[in-house]
Amino acid sequence: MDPVISTRPLLAVAVAGLAALAILFLNKREKLRDAVSPIAAVAMFAIVVSMAPTVLAGGSVELRLFEILPGIDFAFRADALGMVFATVSSLLWIVAAVYSIGYMRHLHEHAQTRFFACFATSLAAAVGGAFAANLFTLVVFYEVLSLVTYPLVYHHEDEEGWRGSRKYLVYLMGASKSVLLAALALTYHIAGSLDFVTGGLLAGANASATLLAVVYFCYLFGFAKAAVMPMHAWLPAAMVAPTPVSALLHAVAVVKMGVFCVLRVIFHVFGVSMVGELGLGIATAYLVSFTILMASVYALTRDDLKARLAYSTVSQLSYIVLGAVLLSPLAMVGGIIHIAAHAFSKITLFFCAGSIYCASGKRNISDMAGIGRRLPWTMGAFFVASLSMIGIPPTAGFVSKWYLAEGSVEAGQMAFLAVLLASSVLNAAYFLPVSYTAFFEAETKESRAPVREIPLVAIPLVATAILSVLMGIFPYYFITLADGVIR
Amino acid sequence: MSIPLLSLIVFVPIAGAAVLMFMRSDDAVRWTALGFGIVDLALCIVMLAGFDTTTHEMQFTEKYPWVPALGITYALGVDGISALFLFLTALLSLISVLASWVAIDRKVKEFMVSLLVMQALMLGVFCALDLFLFYVFWEAMLIPMYLIIGVWGGEGRVYAAFKFFLYTLAGSILFLIGVIVLYFQGGETFDILALTAQDLPFGVQSWLFFAFLVAFAVKVPMVPVHTWLPDAHVQAPTAGSIILAGVLLKMGAYGFLRFSLPMLPEASLYYSTLMLVLSALAIVYGGLLALAQDDLKKLVAYSSISHMGFVTLGIFALNLRGLEGGILQMFNHGITTGALFLFVGLIYERTHTRSIANYGGLMKAAPVYTAFLALFTLSSMALPGTNAFVGELLVLSGGFAANLAAGAAAVAGALLSAAYLLGMYGKVALGPASVSAKYKIHDVNGREMAAILPLAVFVLWVGLYPRPFLGIIDASVRNLLVQVHGEGSGQ
Repeated sequence: MDPVISTRPLLAVAVAGLAALAILFLNKREKLRDAVSPIAAVAMFAIVVSMAPTVLAGGSVELRLFEILPGIDFAFRADALGMVFATVSSLLWIVAAVYSIGYMRHLHEHAQTRFFACFATSLAAAVGGAFAANLFTLVVFYEVLSLVTYPLVYHHEDEEGWRGSRKYLVYLMGASKSVLLAALALTYHIAGSLDFVTGGLLAGANASATLLAVVYFCYLFGFAKAAVMPMHAWLPAAMVAPTPVSALLHAVAVVKMGVFCVLRVIFHVFGVSMVGELGLGIATAYLVSFTILMASVYALTRDDLKARLAYSTVSQLSYIVLGAVLLSPLAMVGGIIHIAAHAFSKITLFFCAGSIYCASGKRNISDMAGIGRRLPWTMGAFFVASLSMIGIPPTAGFVSKWYLAEGSVEAGQMAFLAVLLASSVLNAAYFLPVSYTAFFEAETKESRAPVREIPLVAIPLVATAILSVLMGIFPYYFITLADGVIR
Repeated sequence: MSIPLLSLIVFVPIAGAAVLMFMRSDDAVRWTALGFGIVDLALCIVMLAGFDTTTHEMQFTEKYPWVPALGITYALGVDGISALFLFLTALLSLISVLASWVAIDRKVKEFMVSLLVMQALMLGVFCALDLFLFYVFWEAMLIPMYLIIGVWGGEGRVYAAFKFFLYTLAGSILFLIGVIVLYFQGGETFDILALTAQDLPFGVQSWLFFAFLVAFAVKVPMVPVHTWLPDAHVQAPTAGSIILAGVLLKMGAYGFLRFSLPMLPEASLYYSTLMLVLSALAIVYGGLLALAQDDLKKLVAYSSISHMGFVTLGIFALNLRGLEGGILQMFNHGITTGALFLFVGLIYERTHTRSIANYGGLMKAAPVYTAFLALFTLSSMALPGTNAFVGELLVLSGGFAANLAAGAAAVAGALLSAAYLLGMYGKVALGPASVSAKYKIHDVNGREMAAILPLAVFVLWVGLYPRPFLGIIDASVRNLLVQVHGEGSGQ
């Protein structure tokens, strides 16, 4: 099927970029400024979805802008893998845009113009990365994403904010200016191009297995946003950001950019067969299994709700990579659709954490006794999303975990089936107590202050909880796309 | 031959200097210098517009006998490599005038005259096709630069100027010996093209290679002959630093490209590993030194050593990507480091301190300044999308092809550059707004913006659409590869 040439991939990026400019321009006119983000989000989602029929049918939408170097273009291509990431990001931006307005207004946060402008630019970068046709374009957007999320992380401009944001930047920039840079240069040296190729750019390349393995691991750790241990420490540090940032960016756009890049490298730079032949798949599988279990253990020990969610994210991101490197079709589908499943559920959980903070000022789980009776919608949504994280039907998490489990059996790797099950138990162990505390423990004296749901905050989180369930019942959009990736 | 365009380019600044001599008012001097700078830049653009990118032959050539008895001629011409640097020189000279507008408040006329003479001599170096003429321009450059540092510099200006002079002179003496040997070995001619066509015995090539190496390595500068650079930079006025980093350092690398590689191809190949090692050393050592600095100017100066290491690494990778990347990095370094020195100068004019520890939270006091500083900082650390990333990717790709270990060392240097540059930016621009409590700081004004914007344009232009720049040098680089490796290697 011939690719469709269209400006739509660029348009999707441009909408968010222009939105950021409009936000800066409307600095003084708050109401108008705040309206920009939701409108741009809807427009972006519409543009992304308008490409879905082509991509679902096995085609792609392409736009080549100009040549950077021989073999390297600045170019866009919306294919199946990109559509998964772009659909999730742009859809959730709509919800997050509404949530941000409620959250920022309720807390009377400062520098809201900077916040919304950076937020919109982050989305432009995320979708730009999703539609990048080669490593160069991808890395440009990857770095833009690191930079524009940086002011969002130090948003509060207090001691904690500066410290957390420094760690954030040190990890992300350190990884990309060292191993990722080496990987890019070596890839360009070996292949003479940085294009994504079905079956792998490096397939059949004239290079030693050792060198290829080095390049592979340079990518795996260079894309630090994927948070494979030991490159994960930036993510808990980034939790100093306002909650909408943690929700959309550090549970969806930024971290998914990381795993998305890793999947791109596995599927379209190395190719599934080379990853298998070099034994890289199984090595990575052990590495990420360690991350899955270790991060879950960390999560268990955290009383700060956002910190617990952050470690949970580290763990869940590695599910996605695990699915890909098991290299069996079912596991790969499971990994890819887990991008969406985790996104819908984790954004709900973060929204809930923000809602609790807005309504009561509480951050620690141990202080949340009985809060479920005050915030029934919030904690109800939290419970639903928790079920999805654990993988209980009929939620989204069940579908992706089912594929992952079947995939490990298909790959003949029972060890990883055990990892998945153990991690699900751990998920239950660190999520369910939150709901228990909220609903069944008695309120303490000091928690009797008036605590009420905030509509602009509560509606989005109920919406994403519903999405988590809907995806569990109708997963076909994402499964079809995932099939398109591995076909 | 209708208009002698190159002679015009070289002598317009001299004419400007002559006109300035007769002026009294400082303001008139500034505007006149600016005017001549603009005319010269316009001439360079005319030259580039008429430049034929499909050939490696010298273009716009002029040749007149000068000292016939010794075969010395006045010969000018440009190929792709020199054309790019003529433009860079004219651009940075113009920006230097803008950068000295208020910073230089005494002996303004003398300063502008020095600056214009300096500009003419640098332009002369880049288009001289006669070795003797080249040597004259090359040596004469020392005088105005010595004056710029020694008269208008900071506290330790005399020491710094003298050190700069001694180092460069020491290198130049060996260069002079090399020139004389070339003259006698190469058939008693100073014609650079004729000398390039000579096939010298390997023994002679080796000796010449090392004589040239010392001369050029001082200019680049390569470790261990780099120690004049931080002193010179710290003491030089802003304009001096811009010229020094933007153009003078390029002269060393240009020397390798114009003399070592084409005239001494076998020696260049033979000693290329040594050069790669020296380059890697400069990249890492310069980066480590930069990491330890508290003085903004020293930090940028040491970062130059590291970044110029990338240039020589690319050149001595002796393959297409390495050479193109190295030359592009020369241009990029001129733009970006020139801009960084400009920025250090701008803030120094406001606070009279260069110590990073005195800054913090500048973002609040001067948002436009810090926004552009961010752009140039990111460019200097070669963030994808900026000019230096394209060059660095080419250099590393070529470097890995030539020598995996050298490539790996260069990557370590890239990491260091992220560390010291982001660290510097974080301490200066971010954090609690402590700086505005100590100093009265105003944001950039229109004149300063005029100096910043062109540089910012090139950062993004080269970063996202480097083809015109690579197109200019492409044919010359391929020819250079043929000269080094023999026919059929132009890939």
